[in-house]
Amino acid sequence: MLTALSLVIGGLLLLGLAAVPLARRPAGVRVVHGGCVVACLLLVVLAAWALLAGGGGVLALPFGPPWGRALLALDGLSAWFLLLLGVTGAIASLYAMAHPAAQPGAVPPFPLFLAGMAMAVVAADAFTLMFGFELMSLASWALVAADHQQAENRRAARLYLMMAALSAACLVPAFGLLAGHAGGFSFAALRAAPPTGWLAGGVLLLGLLGAGGKAGLAPLHVWLPLAHPAAPSHVSALMSGAMTKVALYVLARLLLDLCGPAQPLWWGVPLLVVGACTAVLGALRANLEDDTKVLLACSTIENVGLIAIGLGLALAFRGADLGPLAALAAGAALLHALNHGVFKTLLFLVAGSVLHSAGSRRIDRLGGLIHAMPVTAGCALVGIAAAASLPPLSGFASEWLLLQALLAGWRTGDIGFQVLAAAGTALAAMAAALAAAAMVRLFGLVFLGRPRTPRGAGAHEVGRLERWALIIPAGLTLLLGLLPGPLLGLAQPALVALLGPAAMAPARGFALLGGNGEVAAWYLPLALLLVLLVAGLLVALAVRARSPLETRRGPVWNCGFINPPDFLPFGDPLSQPTAGGIAQPLRRMLGTSLLGAREAVDMPRPGETRAAGYTASFADPAFGWLVLPAARLRDAVAAQCEKLRDFTIRRCLSLGFGTLLALLALLAWLEAH
Amino acid sequence: METLGGLLTQALHVMLVLVAAPLVLGCTRWLKARMMGRRGASPWQPVRDFSKLLRKRPVLAENASAVSEVAPYVGVVATLVAVAMVPSFAQGMAFAPLGDLLLVAGLLALARVALALAGMDVGTAFGGLGAAREMSFASFAEPALLVSVLSFAILAGSTNLDLVAATFRDGQLGLRVSLALAGIAMLAVAVAENARIPVDNPATHLELTMVHEAMLLESSGRHLALWEFQAALKLELWLALLAAVFLPFGAAPAGAGPLAWALGLGAWLVKMAGFILALAVFESAIAKMRVFRVPEFLGAALLLALLAAALLFVSTGLA
Repeated sequence: MLTALSLVIGGLLLLGLAAVPLARRPAGVRVVHGGCVVACLLLVVLAAWALLAGGGGVLALPFGPPWGRALLALDGLSAWFLLLLGVTGAIASLYAMAHPAAQPGAVPPFPLFLAGMAMAVVAADAFTLMFGFELMSLASWALVAADHQQAENRRAARLYLMMAALSAACLVPAFGLLAGHAGGFSFAALRAAPPTGWLAGGVLLLGLLGAGGKAGLAPLHVWLPLAHPAAPSHVSALMSGAMTKVALYVLARLLLDLCGPAQPLWWGVPLLVVGACTAVLGALRANLEDDTKVLLACSTIENVGLIAIGLGLALAFRGADLGPLAALAAGAALLHALNHGVFKTLLFLVAGSVLHSAGSRRIDRLGGLIHAMPVTAGCALVGIAAAASLPPLSGFASEWLLLQALLAGWRTGDIGFQVLAAAGTALAAMAAALAAAAMVRLFGLVFLGRPRTPRGAGAHEVGRLERWALIIPAGLTLLLGLLPGPLLGLAQPALVALLGPAAMAPARGFALLGGNGEVAAWYLPLALLLVLLVAGLLVALAVRARSPLETRRGPVWNCGFINPPDFLPFGDPLSQPTAGGIAQPLRRMLGTSLLGAREAVDMPRPGETRAAGYTASFADPAFGWLVLPAARLRDAVAAQCEKLRDFTIRRCLSLGFGTLLALLALLAWLEAH
Repeated sequence: METLGGLLTQALHVMLVLVAAPLVLGCTRWLKARMMGRRGASPWQPVRDFSKLLRKRPVLAENASAVSEVAPYVGVVATLVAVAMVPSFAQGMAFAPLGDLLLVAGLLALARVALALAGMDVGTAFGGLGAAREMSFASFAEPALLVSVLSFAILAGSTNLDLVAATFRDGQLGLRVSLALAGIAMLAVAVAENARIPVDNPATHLELTMVHEAMLLESSGRHLALWEFQAALKLELWLALLAAVFLPFGAAPAGAGPLAWALGLGAWLVKMAGFILALAVFESAIAKMRVFRVPEFLGAALLLALLAAALLFVSTGLA
């Protein structure tokens, strides 16, 4: 099985090379993306096989770093994330097949991106993992920079590259600390010698910065709303749906698996705190953005935060010896990762279809698309309902598990952690409600109402292949929502990999279970769906029996506002809510304090003939506090380094000599200890 | 026998809530009118309104989509299923294993999203305004609700509504400060969720109070009837929820006979009447607050709920 897996990854790498000549012609582009679909489906099959039958074993590739060979393994955790990668990758590649006219520069890196993610997920030693991780980062950077004619895309790609470098600069030392302690790079060796004391703290901090930054955890989330929208839509879908999950996989592998089961309760606290803040911040930003893809990227930040809460709780519960609760929290994180991967892929592809069909990503230039694009609108409705965590869709199932885990946080017995878990409950609930508001805003403004521009009014339904690329993830979202129990049963090996052999998935049959050991709460999505359908049928029959008259169409009432004149074919634009208008309540209630949101009304004085204006803006605090000072620091350091050029030969030589002496002194000191 | 009793009580419960929903609304309006010195419409007025609206032909705007037609059914069905899980006169009903507090919150969110989307369907200024405000208020109400649920989860060990109610009825919990605090938080959430004074005024269409009613402006005929019925069901749901959790006395335990059911029914009616009276007094005595004061109102509820949970942490830590 591992041989087949390595062949699939190798095939993807070769496909990336072959794509360079093939990308010039539409048929060639289609071949490349078709190959990606096949490869991703093979990954799904292999992952499902490994989850059902057990992966077992480590494959040593016949090449690798100078000191050994690259190792691959497919344990439960790897298989679960490989499944997620395969599913989202297949959907995104299928969608890409429908758009062969996209930038040719975006074709060759795409298979490499997939190969990098797959390699990072199935790696069994630190070197291979970092190699795959960096391949993923660089390939996705090339994809973000594919449309580099636009200045904003260049800016996004630059920031993204810096963030990827920061991730590497943190993850490499994190693995270095582990490997130096364990004396080997393979996961088996690392596992055998779990770090303790300050070493463990260092790994935790570096892992959080490195993998968390790549996943989009606050305050290192700033690159995500810039970079994800800049890439072509199917790449944005994959970056949000799969790449952030690969980063979370690295985080889970590092903190839950490689650092050993003996870490204390407080280990979960940083992840819990950062995750809760990230979730609220991302969901709030999603309510203020007025670009569909940026909005979706912000919603990804929120969901990454929720998954991080689950991982943090799993760490804390494991530290407090509450095995069933740790399995509950980890199960919530794993299930939410998969659910979010699928529905976010769907939503990004919908945004791409809207962009192609209605010509814009800006919400204020769209509207009323449900009439022109009914299939897309139906799929989008499924996606936003899942993202708003409405029962019985997939988002609700995993969020139910997560809230059950949060509500059980008091069982740890540590009052500090209890208060944190209570605050985490409030923040997670707020993030879920904010996400629902953002999703209503997205769907309501893009698909409902009236068109806002002539270009938007000329929208048309997407083609057949593209339609299937939307219908399949929508159907999967429904299915994942109805069958979370069997899915968690499938995730059992992943839980074992995370929490040890005693872990039991918090599911029985079709039901999800909450509670510590003894079952204390149930969620039965199939029964709920049945009850909803029966009740719906009865209500509809009863209402129609009493109310037989058919509906009639008439002009809109709109509280008596007069109908727009003929020269305003889209109605009076002022009588339809805008993106900024719908955002106004939350901007004033939360945005001013958390995101520094500002509103300015420019009202001409009586007699002036210019138009009145209203501008609303906000600034993410992470940008002002983190990115801008970092950029200033970089400039200052660069300016200092520039001075080195003016050194005389004497000073240059003494610099080299001094460095040599310092290194020798360090060596002597290390020898002495 | 137990299953049969569960099914029978469930069926009776659904019929009871269907009949009682318009009455709860009507009685609240009637009591408020009496307190303000008016004679007031009969408590049966909502029933008459519903049947009148059902007979009328619904008119949809020219650019209304299927959302306007389907959303009212989604809203009513989600609320109805949620209220079917909240025990009234008896516990151990057939839906009891389904009846989770988080699921009730989720179903209410489903109804809320359906209403907000219906409000935005035609693209009118008022619909969008109401939808934006409704969804924004929910982002403050939901945390307060969930942290209140945390208190119940600590005391009852579960979020299952039936188990919580049974524990609170049978358990020797006594009067707890934490429960009282959580109760106040839940009351505030209930007021906000039902668009009652001081958060919203259900009796006017003034622009300043535009939250719930603003989203219904384009509905007519059976769609309007369904939305009005959904609002009545939601009010009943919150009052029944408060009764089931904080005043579980008198409800028939699982597997009890018809006599206990009758007693439970009487107790439920008394409890609901008490809540309606309290709501009417509260609404008559207080003024509507500005829209942007609502976060403070709900934030206070969240703080009370957190305080309740913290008190419980301390007391369970000491025990």
